[in-house]
This record gives sequence, C-alpha cells and structure tokens, in this order.
Amino acid sequence: MRKYSVFAVAREAMRGHKGWEAQWASPEPRKEYDVVIVGAGGHGLGAAYYLAKEHGITNVAVIEKGWLGGGNTGRNTTIIRSNYLYDESMDIYEHSLKLWEGLSQDLNYNVMYSPRGVMMLSHNVHDKQSFQRHVHANRLHGIDNEWLTPEQAKAYCPPLDISATARYPINGAALQRRGGTARHDAVAWGYARAASDRGVHVIQNCEVKGIRRGQDGAVTGVETSKGFIGAKKIGVSASGHNSVIMAMADVKLPLHSVPLQALVSEPMKPIFPCVVMSNSVHAYISQSDKGELVIGAGTDQYNSYSQTGGLQIITHTLDAICELFPMFRRVKMMRQWGGITDNTPDRSAIQGVTPVPNLFVNCGWGTGGFKATPGSAHLFAYLIARGEPHKLAAGLTLDRFRTGRLIDEAAAAAVAH
Amino acid sequence: MLLIYCPYCEEERSELEFRHGGDAHIARPANIADITDEAFQDYFFLRDNPKGLIFERWRHIHGCGRFFNAARDTVSDRFFASYKAGEPKPDLPGVAPASEKTVETYEATEGNAQ
Amino acid sequence: MSGANRIAGQGRLTPARTARFTFDGVSYEALAGDTVASALIANGVHLVGRSFKYHRPRGILSAGAEEPNALVDVARDAARRQPNVRATVQEVFDGMKVESQNRWPSLSFDIGGINDFFSPFFAAGFYYKTFMWPKAAWEKLYEPFIRRAAGLGVAPTEADPDHYASRYAYCDVLVVGAGVAGLSAALAAAEAGARVILCDEQPEAGGALHFDTSVTIDGKPGYDWAQATAARLAAMENVTVLSRTTAFGYYNHNFVGLAERVTDHLARPDRKLPRERLWQVRAKRVILATGSIERHMVFANNDRPGIMLASAARTYLNHFGVAVGRKVGVYTANDSAYEAAFDLKRAGVTVAAIVDSRDKPGEAVLAEARKLGIEVLTGHSVVNTKGHRRVSSMSVARNGGGAARWIAVDALLMSAGWTPSVHLFSQSRGKVAYDAASGRFLPGTYAQDCLSVGSCNGTDGLQATIEEALAAGELMARATGNEGGAKVELSGENAFEWSGGMAGAGEGAGVDTTVKAFVDFQHDVCAKDIRLAVREGMHSIEHIKRFTTTGMATDQGKLSNIHGLAIASEVLNREIPKIGLTTFRAPYTPVTFGTLISHSRGELFDPARKTPMHAWEEAHGAVFEDVGNWKRAWYYPRAGETMHDAVNRECRTVREAAGVFDASTLGKIEVVGPDAATFLNLMYTNAWDTLKPGRCRYGIMLREDGFVYDDGVVGRLAEDRFHVTTTTGGAPRVMHHMEDYLQTEFPHLKVWLTSTTEQWAVIAVQGPKAREIIAPLVEGIDLSNEAFPHMSVREGKICGVPTRLFRMSFTGEAGYEVNVPADYGQAVLEAIWARAEPLGACAYGTETMHVLRAEKGYIIVGQDTDGTVTPYDAGVGWAVSKKKTDFVGIRGLKRPDLVKEGRKQLVGLLTKDPTVVLEEGAQIVADPNQPKPMTMLGHVTSSYWSENCGRSIALALVAGGQARMGQTLYVPMPDRTIAVEVSDMVFIDKEGGRLNG
Repeated sequence: MRKYSVFAVAREAMRGHKGWEAQWASPEPRKEYDVVIVGAGGHGLGAAYYLAKEHGITNVAVIEKGWLGGGNTGRNTTIIRSNYLYDESMDIYEHSLKLWEGLSQDLNYNVMYSPRGVMMLSHNVHDKQSFQRHVHANRLHGIDNEWLTPEQAKAYCPPLDISATARYPINGAALQRRGGTARHDAVAWGYARAASDRGVHVIQNCEVKGIRRGQDGAVTGVETSKGFIGAKKIGVSASGHNSVIMAMADVKLPLHSVPLQALVSEPMKPIFPCVVMSNSVHAYISQSDKGELVIGAGTDQYNSYSQTGGLQIITHTLDAICELFPMFRRVKMMRQWGGITDNTPDRSAIQGVTPVPNLFVNCGWGTGGFKATPGSAHLFAYLIARGEPHKLAAGLTLDRFRTGRLIDEAAAAAVAH
Repeated sequence: MLLIYCPYCEEERSELEFRHGGDAHIARPANIADITDEAFQDYFFLRDNPKGLIFERWRHIHGCGRFFNAARDTVSDRFFASYKAGEPKPDLPGVAPASEKTVETYEATEGNAQ
Repeated sequence: MSGANRIAGQGRLTPARTARFTFDGVSYEALAGDTVASALIANGVHLVGRSFKYHRPRGILSAGAEEPNALVDVARDAARRQPNVRATVQEVFDGMKVESQNRWPSLSFDIGGINDFFSPFFAAGFYYKTFMWPKAAWEKLYEPFIRRAAGLGVAPTEADPDHYASRYAYCDVLVVGAGVAGLSAALAAAEAGARVILCDEQPEAGGALHFDTSVTIDGKPGYDWAQATAARLAAMENVTVLSRTTAFGYYNHNFVGLAERVTDHLARPDRKLPRERLWQVRAKRVILATGSIERHMVFANNDRPGIMLASAARTYLNHFGVAVGRKVGVYTANDSAYEAAFDLKRAGVTVAAIVDSRDKPGEAVLAEARKLGIEVLTGHSVVNTKGHRRVSSMSVARNGGGAARWIAVDALLMSAGWTPSVHLFSQSRGKVAYDAASGRFLPGTYAQDCLSVGSCNGTDGLQATIEEALAAGELMARATGNEGGAKVELSGENAFEWSGGMAGAGEGAGVDTTVKAFVDFQHDVCAKDIRLAVREGMHSIEHIKRFTTTGMATDQGKLSNIHGLAIASEVLNREIPKIGLTTFRAPYTPVTFGTLISHSRGELFDPARKTPMHAWEEAHGAVFEDVGNWKRAWYYPRAGETMHDAVNRECRTVREAAGVFDASTLGKIEVVGPDAATFLNLMYTNAWDTLKPGRCRYGIMLREDGFVYDDGVVGRLAEDRFHVTTTTGGAPRVMHHMEDYLQTEFPHLKVWLTSTTEQWAVIAVQGPKAREIIAPLVEGIDLSNEAFPHMSVREGKICGVPTRLFRMSFTGEAGYEVNVPADYGQAVLEAIWARAEPLGACAYGTETMHVLRAEKGYIIVGQDTDGTVTPYDAGVGWAVSKKKTDFVGIRGLKRPDLVKEGRKQLVGLLTKDPTVVLEEGAQIVADPNQPKPMTMLGHVTSSYWSENCGRSIALALVAGGQARMGQTLYVPMPDRTIAVEVSDMVFIDKEGGRLNG
C-alpha cells in the first residue's frame, strides 16, 4: 500500500495524480474464507481490518449488497461522543473514542476526527438532574464531561439563544470536549483500504441470499448473488437489515428497523463551532467542513426499509433548531435523506454470540452507530476471533432480553414528571 | 407522511392523527404469569421485523381513539389493508409474505437504475 | 434604457417600470420583472461570484433554478439578509442590496484565487491523504483553514423578523410545472371537473416558452397562450394556480411539499403577508410536467464568466430583452442551441460561429443557419477559452486533432442536450430507466399514483407533448371520479424539432490530468477528478460523487450528474446504467427553514399548557418552571427572597400552618363500568376489588417488563367508578397504555376510559390548618377524621360548586385535594386563599412540594425511578399484590435479573456534614480512593435542604441499598469527597401521625 502523506500528494501534484492506485482491490470471491462478514459498513470493514491486524486472520471477506459504506456509515450526522450513562455503554463508546483519536494515523487515512465538543442542552430541572447524573458517572469512569452554565454554553456556542423568554429556556448544558465529528465516508474508505492492504477481500454488489449450516448446526457459508461462499465463521453487521439476514439462520432478534432522517443546509462560512444536541426539543446540529449545517432529525414511528420518511419529521426538528438558533430561519435546507436504523428495546446495541454456532451478530446500534464504529469493529473482531466477547462488550449480549439485565440508556433519560 | 385508512371512521386520514402500535397479532399469553423466561422474551421482545409484508397496529389517537390493524409493505410503505382489532389477518391475493428472496428492494436498486 | 445591453424592442418587460438595486455597492437600474441575473447582464456585469474550492471567477450560467455559479447574498435590511440566492431566480425589487460571495477582499481581486494556482495539489479527495501529522493539528490548524476557505455565503446573524405561513391542501390532481405540458394537463383535468392545483416555480407560466419564441399554440405565440391559459385556469373555481411555487419534495402516499415565495420580489411587501408559504398537498393524483434542463459542454476552461447555456441566452434575449454579448460563439452537440444563435443574430448580435461537435446536425437548423449567414463548424469542438473576468475568445479545433484557431467572442453559448427533470418522479420512489437511444434517464416504473408528461417524460415534439398532457389530465380527472366537461383540444406548431445531444467530456476536456474542464461548476469538479476517482477504485457512482463531491453543491447536480456518469462510464468501460444514478433527494431546490417551520415558533413552537389557576399564580408572584409542556408554579418569592429563602419559608409554613398548591397538572382518568375494578386489577399491581367506595389507594403501574411505569392515587367513587390520577408527564401515555390493553387484550371487559385531566382543577390544601381553612366552604361532606379519614374521597360542594374532595397527602401533613370543574378553579382558589392567608398559610410551588414529599420519602416516578426500577427497588413492594394471578408486569417482575440480589434500591442518604446538600445526579461509591473507572453503586435521585429537618436530605438508588443501612458511602465531587450515611427514606414524622391531624 502506498503511504499517504503530504509528500506523496505533492509528488503526485507534479504529475497530474497519475500515480495513485486503487484504494482497495475488487477481487472475485474465493471458495471459502475463515471469516465472512456480512455488511461493508464501518463496523464490518473495521472488524475485518482488526481481524487481520490484531488476530492474524487475513482470509476474510466482507460482502456487501451495494457499495461499501453505503448504509448508515454514509448516511449519518457523524457525531462522536462517549458520555453515556451505564458502564457497559461508557466502556464501549469510550473505547471507541480512544480509537477515533488515533484512527487517521492508524489507517493512514484522514478520517477528519475533529474534537470540537458535543454540547447537550438542558432545558429544565429534570434535564439537569439527568445530565448531572451523566456528568458525574462519566467523570468517575474517566470520561470527560462537564456541566456548563447557560452563559458558558453561549460562550462555547455563540449562536445559541439563552434568553429566558425562549419557549424552553436553557438552564445549562453538558459538554464533552473530546466529542465531535469525523468524515463518515473516510471511515469506510480508510478501513476498506487498510483491510484490503492486509489481504481482506471486500466484495461489493454481492447480496446475501441465505446462510448455510452444517449438520451440527454451525454455519458453513453464505449463499450470495455471486454464488456460494464458504465460511468457517460468519459475522453479521448489516445495520438496518440485521433482522433479515439473521432470519436466514432462523435467529430472531429484538429489533425494529425504522428510517432515521437527517438534512443539510446550503454551505455557509463557519458559524457553528461545535455539536449541539437537545433531547428536550429533539434536535442536533453541527457544521461540516464544507460549511453545511448538518441536522439530525428523528425517526419515523413505523417499521420501514424505505430510506425515506415523512416531511413532518424534518419540520419538527427544524422547529426546534430555529427555536434554539432563530437566525437560522433564513437558512435553506439543501438535502434531506434517511437511513434505516435497527433499534433494540433498551436502545443499546447487541454484539455477541447467537444460538447458531460460529454465527456472530453486531446490531441494534440504533441512531448511535457511527460514533461506535472503531470500538464496535475492534471488539467484534475479538468476538469473532475468540468466539467470546471482549470484556468491554460483555454486557451487549442477546441474552439480556431473557434475563432482564437491560442497558436502558433511553430509560435513563427518563421522562418528565 | 402516510395516508392511513381507519376502519372505524371508514376514511383515510393523515398519519399525524395516528400512533403506531408495533406488531399486530401478538397475543398476550393467557397464562402469562407462568410462562418461561424464553417464552416471555419471545412474546415481549423478539420480532420478525419483516422486510416486505408486515401486520401492524395503529391507533387513531387523534380521531376515534381506536386501535386497529393494517397490512403494509415495509419497503414501499404501501398499505394493503386496514381492519378492526380482533379480526383475523386478511387474505391478500398477490401479496407475498416477506422474505429477502421475493421482495424487490428499493435500496438495492437505488443507485442502480435499470 | 436600463442597462447598455438591453435591446430595444426585445423582451417582455416594460421599459418604463424601473427599479434600482446595488451589486457590491454599485447602483444599477433594472426593469420590473428582471432577475438579478438579467439586470446584471443588462448592465454588462458578467463576473458575479467565485467558485467553492479554487475561487475561480464565475458568471451567470443559466436562467433558472439549476444555476450553480451566480449565487449572491440578497438583503432587504440587516436582519432580512439571505445568502446563497440564485441570481437567476431572484427578482429585483427597488432598494435591494446584492453582494457577491466567497471572495476577499473583493470580487475582482480575491486572495482565495491563489487556490487556483495550487489546484494541482487540491485534487479530488486530497484531504484524505494528508493533514494527518501531527495528530492535534487537524482540529487546531488544518481544519479551521479548510473551513474558512469553504462555505459560500455568510450565515445570517440576526433573528429573522419575517413570518411564514403554512397550508394543508387537498386536490384530485396536482400538476407540477406550468409549461406547455403542465398547462395542457391542468386544463384537461380542470375541464373534466377535477379539483386541480397547478404550481410553477417561475413568476409566470410558460416554462420553456419563456425563451422558445418559435412556438405557437392555437395560433397564438406560445408565451401569450401560456399566460391566457393560466389566467383561464385561475378563473376556474376548481383550480388553484400557484406561481413562484416550487414543488420541492414528493413524499409517501402522494404527499407533496410546495414552497411559495410570497413577498421576496416586492419592494414594499405588506408586512401582514408571510414571506413564504409552505403548502402540504395531498393529491389523489399527481402529474409531473417538470420539463428538462439543458446541460453544459465539458471542455477546458468552460467556466469563465460569459460562458452560459444556450437556452439561458435565449431567455435573456427573448424574455428580458438583454443581449448576453455582442459577439457570441455557440458550442453545441444539439440542435436547440442553433435557435439561440438565430434569435441573437436577428436581434443584431454578431454570431462568431456555431461550433457543433457532431458531423451531421439537423438539416433544418443547418439550412436556417446558412440562410442567416452564420458560420457553422461541424465536427469541431471548442477546446479552450481565454478571458479572466469574462470570456474573450474560444479556441476551436476539428475533432480528432488538428490546428486550433482562436476566435474572439464576448459570450459563449453551449448546449450538450437536455436532461429530463425526473427529480420528483424519483423522490416518489419511481424507478428511472435508461433510454440508450436518446441517452436519457426517463421515468420507468411508477411507485405512486402519478404520471410524467412532456419533456420530463422524454416526450419530444410539441404536438406530442400537448396530446400526452391532455390525455394524462383527462385520465387523472376520470380516475378521481370526475365525469364532466368537454374534451380539450389544442394544436401547436414550432419552427424546429430538436435532436442530438451528448454526455460526458467533449474533445476539449483533454485526456490528460491537468485540464480544467468543469463537470460540477460550484464544487470545482473537473473531468480529470472523475477520472482520478475511478483510478482510485471508486467504481460506484455514489463513491465517485462522494469522493469528488460532484453533484453535492447547492444545485445538487442538476447540470453535472449526467456528465459525471458518462465520464465514469467511459473510463470504466461500462454502460451508464451499470454504474447507476445517484439518488434524488428532496428538496428539488433549497427551501428556507422558515418556510418549513412556518407558524411553529415562539409560543406556537410548542404551546404551553397552563392550569386554570395560572393567572392567580402569576398575580401572586409565582416563578414558573417547565414540566413537560406545562408551566407550573415553582415557588412564590416575596420581596428580597432568594429561591432558597422562599422554599424554606414555604416548607416551614406548610408544616406549621398550611399551604395551598396547584395540583391540576396531575393526569386524571375516569374509569367507569361494571368491570372497572377488574380492569384496574390488571393495570396496577395493587388489588382494587377490595377498595371500598369512598376510599383511595396509592397505585403502582408497571410495564409488561416489570419496571415502574407510573403511579398515583386512585379513588373509588362507586362500585363501578374510579377516579385515577397519574403523574403530570405520564397522563397521555398512561391513558394510551390503558386503552391499548382495554381494546386489544381485555376487550371483553365492560369499561370506559375518559381522560379528565383538563376537566378538573385541583387545589391541594395541606397542613395542620387545612381542615380549618376549607371547612366553612364545604357543603355536604363531614370532614371529621372519623367520617373522612386519610385516603378517602367524597363528593359534595365547595363554594357552591361540585367537588370531588380527596383526603390525601403528598406532604405528610393532613390535607385535602380539592377537585372542582376547571372553570371554577380560580374562584375556588380565591375563596380558599381568602381563608388560608389570614390563618398564616402560604401558597407553595413545585419545589416545596418536592422537598416536603422527600422529607416523607414519597417517590416521584421519573425522578427517583428511571424505567429500570421495580416496585421492590423503589421501596413500594408493599403495593404489589401477592394474591393476584395476573396484572401487567407480573411476569416481567420475575425475570432472573429483576429478582437478583444486589439490585439498586431506593434509600435515604444523610450527609455526615448536615449542611452539605448533595447534587442530584451525583454518583455514589464505597471507596472514593479507587482508580478510575470507579465502581459506582448508584446515584442521588433527590436532594434538598430540609428546613424542617434542619439539615440536608437525599434519596438515592444504591446497589443493595436496603442491606447497607447505616453504612458510610462516598460521593466524590470534582473538588471534594462527601461522606454520607445510608438511611431509611422517611426523614420526618416516621410514624405518620401528622397525616391524621
């Protein structure tokens, strides 16, 4: 693999960039792999990369129905943070954040991780109780998260309206300074390039049609649109479609897939320095390096695989954005889109073994999968290689829905009383 | 925004009047106190999450307030039928049950014009 | 004459009606009806902007919504400023201030232009390959630099003073586009009796008839026919014609979003009018007549100001009366551009040459060109241009090589053909199909009840378009049950049928990797960038798009998509449909947030709920807090009091005398019917059949998974009637939850549920003097302890109005909750207050309520519980019936993790230092000196200074809390560690004697 650097770019600039090679190979599938990963998003490609890099397993294929990075990896609002409440969540998201911090260098691919700070707005006493609970839990876990007064919040994010006359005035904010954003496509491409360099096959336009199992019940491979591909182990990480894939092995999951919508404004000169989220008024916003305001909206209420959703979801979010930032009413929406997220009842992910031997699943990241990408991928690789979860992911088992040991981040945000 | 037919009001109304109620035809076990942990998990948590035909519950919450069921395609979001709670699944001639093999997907072809 | 390039006798604007505007501080004259673009060209201004990445000088490329270059900042005043406005769409009004963007210090001398010289370094995706060292430099150094360079306009910095409106509309047939096809379709549908909405993004109907003056319909000039037809439609009762209205999004089930620009073209708009209006249209049928967009040619330096689409030049001439140059060149692969040359030539403009990349143009246009004496160079291409701030010459060479010659021009018109506008069709989830013969993507499989007509459907020819549109209009009208009307017939004629067209890089785009032949103007994506992307392994069009950013600018690829695709197809040697088309997403053109939110701002963002006593509370100085969407009285400070002072006083007063509190926000549900008790037995953990009429009980509601969902006091008024209360926030979901079970799981039960939250005003009167306060006001209820003990309910009258009087307490004091019909709430409160105040009672708010209940260890669901807490965890396990065989949550409660040892349980905490008040949300540990990540045992859920206890008190969820009574635990704060002792949850009157006072 040719190393990317300022010198390489300068050299190529002198000769019309003729020397760049393909970032990843486009091989035909082999008959069999040690590991087949279904889904070439950030999690799947990353898992393949770490399998090769850290576990010495290079006979790996990542197969993808469409184009790599084309699922939720390429459709999200790129927010990164680790200030979750429960130990299980903090463990995995903080592991992920630490990997984000060195990911560009590790992959030799600029994923543009930008720790510009994620600020969560508090609008009432109940928000404050909840956010303080997070702030303290994070601090004792070793994660940065701090409480800001409204004035401090305004200083950190000048466009914010902190007036007392707002419909829901801001009474403070929780700020994770190491939180921020990254360039979503670069994550998929960086992992694909680095994995491909280590011998992993990334096979695009290859749709899984079935999962074949042997007499002992263990998986033996996948039926695909490019024929049967043998596999000693299969890892499924096909966000949005995990129910569909796992049903091929008769595994039923506690998931429902719903479209999550987002939008960007037209590009503008820098005006918005950080990421701001508000649970109470349902909005999150940042500004991309290109200058677009990137705004996350909500999910539609019904199961759908359509990657589109209702206009009312978008308008509802913009209501909130313009309430927080009244100067943005004259800004224009340039593009809206949707991705299919699979959601668990406790809004925490599932990563673990399944009732089918040698079949592993990584799903249920809901609306928060992007930030988890490196951490999830890293631990998924461990799971596949060792056959048992890493201790940082040990709580994310499928079994918790039987035992009741849920990791209910949504419930922790609770409801107004 | 969906347009939903309420079988009680007997008219189509905007989705804004309705609230989704999850999967239909999942009966609460009569002996719920005695079922196993696995059976409870199956009843309360595990779902088919089908890509294609789904039977789901809606409530006309800002209308008549009634719960009813509907058959919809989760790929096209097209409704095939709405029917009152307690009625059996309707026959849907020509509608295939959801399975990855038979359903043509939007995203699979999106970006791949034919 | 407004502008030197205005040609007398040309165009449709009225010379007498002028307006003045400024561009970068220079004042210009325009005519009413001018766009910023037409007015600038009329005044000889071609340089209007700078590109995104290289800051190349850019001019006006188009005359429509597809414009990628001429984006300007338009201001009416300081607060009414809008960046990124397409000069080709914005109409001029008198006094308007227009500024160019993305340049510093000035448009003609832009420092950022240096990027153009360093452009070899800035190849597609270069940023993925560098800026990685040192690690911290990306955020601190490189990214800020990139961010400053990127972006286009400057965001508004003041709150927008304009207002916006919204309307829902329903129709049989929505017709999008009022060109020949749309007008014809609308006419046919309307004549058949259908309710029709016709919208078009332009100020006037006509579409391509704005420029195509060779068309006649029913004997009239096309444009005149269009105006007459639009007027005829507008006069029909069943038709709504919307101009300046863009159909921007096509959503599920024929739901289409329209954005109407109401006042942005007016110099002095009526301030009562909204600036823009959102139409949310639900159409039974939709007819898409969205036309097509002319493509540019891809060749070296095709981006200089003065180089524009041929149809745009025709629009400027034929509609605005403006010549885009005095000596123009034409570069085309398509017949349509010839007509631009003909029109200009006839208007007295010199046409230097028509350069046609085809060997065989259409016979008819060729003949006409000869007749007009225009030189036509077939089989030639424009391979380069010169001119810094405006094109000055074009270099023309025979295809396949050969000497190039420079021809001086001051404008260069180009046309690579026409791209059908399938955006809305595609948004409707219809699948486009590639028509190899014409090289176009056309509507293929429909997903919704719509039809495409005219050129967006690939229909060529005027009469064919008319007939297709008429048929579609009639069909859609009939399909929606309209049977009226006469058949509409129209006949059209035009001078030339057009053929030809090409996609991808022309001869002049160079095969090497240095030529700047722009595919996407705004984002500075050249043919070479697409080739580079492919070389780097980007083989899907989505990868190419994302890697090069082609099609991702504000025009969303209206001009560039097909070219990008064709170049990728050529490099990959794969057919175009095999590479795919990127997804069309809403909006078709950008829509202001203001339009999308319309009325939903300020008070209307989320209307505040106020209790019937809100005005009284305001008058008595209450400070309010937001609880859900309620405004609740929080505390009542007196002069000079801090919140702390006020709450201490209120707390003391309630226990010493009495207090009056507005509890109206509590949810209330009337549960009625012969099976009411049976139903409540299922919904709550408690047993209700044993509750006697006239008595109340505290109930716990679980979800099926066993966790606490809600709680509240339930009073039994009669055998078949219960008055259920819920938490303030829980009211709607509890109602929904009950309805769900009643309708779908227990439909055999004869029970009726009615939400009565807003029917009852609730005044809590609590404290030793509570009875004394209300006694004289109450009729028909014996208030003695014996007749009306704690946890009872009676019906009677208070102040002469009906009441449901509850003897209950959330303070630990003897007290009442007076329910009266909402309309009497304030009057009854006033009467109670008139008695209470002289007796030394106070009004108290939610904060005092919280403190008083915490002193008694009463939990608040949602604060002391969080959806992961069982009744046992919360210390209210006594409320779970052991005898019942079924209730919602009975099975969930028994799951292994819910019965495990060591669960978090609600306990009291007492700080070792009684003056220290813990922070709510603070975490609790056993060993404060352990390394991070620490093992956290739980957190503080409620914490207050208790004036009545003379110390701080707290409730907390602590792992194995019940077994830790008396243990010392620690709350590590950033600045100190606080030692606490685990206690029970009742801090005052542990025996409960005061309740019966």
